[in-house]
Amino acid sequence: MQYKSLIGMEIHVQLLTRTKLFCGCEVQFGTEPNTRVCPVCVGLPGSLPAINLHAVELAIRAGLALQCTIAGFTKWDRKSYYYPDLPKNYQISQYDLPIASQGILEYELHGERRPVRIRRAHLEEDAGKNLHDSPGMTQVDLNRTGTPLLEIVTEPDLHSAEEAFAFANELHRLLVYLGVTEGVMKKAQMRFEPNVNVIITHEGVEYATPICEVKNLNSFKALRSAVDFELQRQLAEWQRDHDYTLASCGKENRGWDDDRQETVYQRGKEEAHDYRYFPDPDLIPIVVDDAWQECVRKALPEMPLARRNRFMQDYGLGLKEATLLIEDRPTADLLDAAVKAGGPGNILAKHFISFWQQHANSRECTIAQLGVTAPRLAELANLQQLGRISSSAAATLSEALFSSDQSPAEIARQRGLEQVQDRGAIERLVDDALADNPQAVELIRLRDKKWEKSLGFLQGQVMQKSKGSASPILVREILMQKLDLNQG
Amino acid sequence: MSEQIAATQVEHIARLARLALTHEELTRYGEELGHILAYIEQLNEVNTEGVEPLAHPLAVHNVWRVDEPQPSLDAQQALQNSPATDGRYFLVPKVLEHYDAS
Repeated sequence: MQYKSLIGMEIHVQLLTRTKLFCGCEVQFGTEPNTRVCPVCVGLPGSLPAINLHAVELAIRAGLALQCTIAGFTKWDRKSYYYPDLPKNYQISQYDLPIASQGILEYELHGERRPVRIRRAHLEEDAGKNLHDSPGMTQVDLNRTGTPLLEIVTEPDLHSAEEAFAFANELHRLLVYLGVTEGVMKKAQMRFEPNVNVIITHEGVEYATPICEVKNLNSFKALRSAVDFELQRQLAEWQRDHDYTLASCGKENRGWDDDRQETVYQRGKEEAHDYRYFPDPDLIPIVVDDAWQECVRKALPEMPLARRNRFMQDYGLGLKEATLLIEDRPTADLLDAAVKAGGPGNILAKHFISFWQQHANSRECTIAQLGVTAPRLAELANLQQLGRISSSAAATLSEALFSSDQSPAEIARQRGLEQVQDRGAIERLVDDALADNPQAVELIRLRDKKWEKSLGFLQGQVMQKSKGSASPILVREILMQKLDLNQG
Repeated sequence: MSEQIAATQVEHIARLARLALTHEELTRYGEELGHILAYIEQLNEVNTEGVEPLAHPLAVHNVWRVDEPQPSLDAQQALQNSPATDGRYFLVPKVLEHYDAS
């Protein structure tokens, strides 16, 4: 038996706007129920929707980044269904003319770039929230009603849970990068709905299992587990009953039970909905001309994967480190700005992934949020590049940059963090140390079993005499030379 | 020109609209909906060959609202027309937890 897994995705992305899609109510998570609503949200008769321009622009931005064709003309349609969290009894969406279509997104897995075709991306409004906590009644909170969403639909170009996971992560990274969404998973700002089925070839006959859509997954982990579970379940089900096929059973909707780590049947094709889409007469169409598109395209930032590769190439970073650095766009922007300010890229990058990251971690913020400016970051890196401070002195200095407005060079001077590179000066210090400690010198000459300890002791003496300012590498080199020790 | 809509079809539409109709109502609405459809059907007499589909009767597009928050209603105002409320939420008869229509 041979089989191939087919996975397509629907992704709901909450757009990063201040207000809702069709009214001026603030989009705000976790506020008192029903306090971010107005006549439009509640669906009062006579209320009229008004389109949020920023939401449309974000949709175009996302569409362009996904290499989609942007529709020159789009409109709004009503999708009718009855449910308590939908007070108008229809959801405003885009049916036959989505704002973006036919794009592509590449993600990476095992060092290999893989493309996923984007079928479409359209704007729609979110529904409210039903709460099932109290017995007997369902509570409805309409704060979320009308929140702008971009629904992205891919072709079934994914073939494993691992691929779905990697793709979802790349899409998330990209959209957060673009400022299209805040992408906070805990606030359900990105929700995944994988469509999963398996094409099985058995004794020369091809069988397709029912396409199962797993609804509303709001973590990457749940996505991976749900896809994995579905693939196994469908294969097992088909092995039990060869009639478990798309042709006989149609499509299925399933939910994910995170506690039991399994998908649960919700509804089949006989209960499928009849949404009776039709153009919304309350809303006027949108025309996106070339000039507008070009304007949005010009403002697009460098894509995350391209930036990561550039960081690896230009700043000598490893894959893991570069991936970490590009994760937060303001931090990556800061690194680029510091290089532009004249800092050496490879040293700056090392500073970022070592002590700057540690400072950020201990302050529970990002490197960009530390508030150290690009020119100061650059100057610190330059001091090290020129050999005026050691890398450990740079780390010590970095801490001081938070409490002082003085230049890094000035602070280094004041705190005696500058490295003495003057060979002659260090040689004098070494001579002094050797003269002061004849016993240690003797032990080394006799290759006493503790001679290495003695060498370390002498080195410490020189460092002490220099008040820690001598270049340790140079001190050791000169010591070895004067004691006729073979280096290596 | 009057057409009767089949009772099964009326029943289907009623279920989509969450309406429980009696047998008499099914017959009556079947007739009334038939009249409405027949009325609308007249539009089919117009030759629309080569005419672009009309998305909106007004020749305007791109009318926007800027993304700036406006005051919302307070919960008391929002809930005042609700048949049942606990002061914070709209209350409706219990719905199935795992049901998601979208």
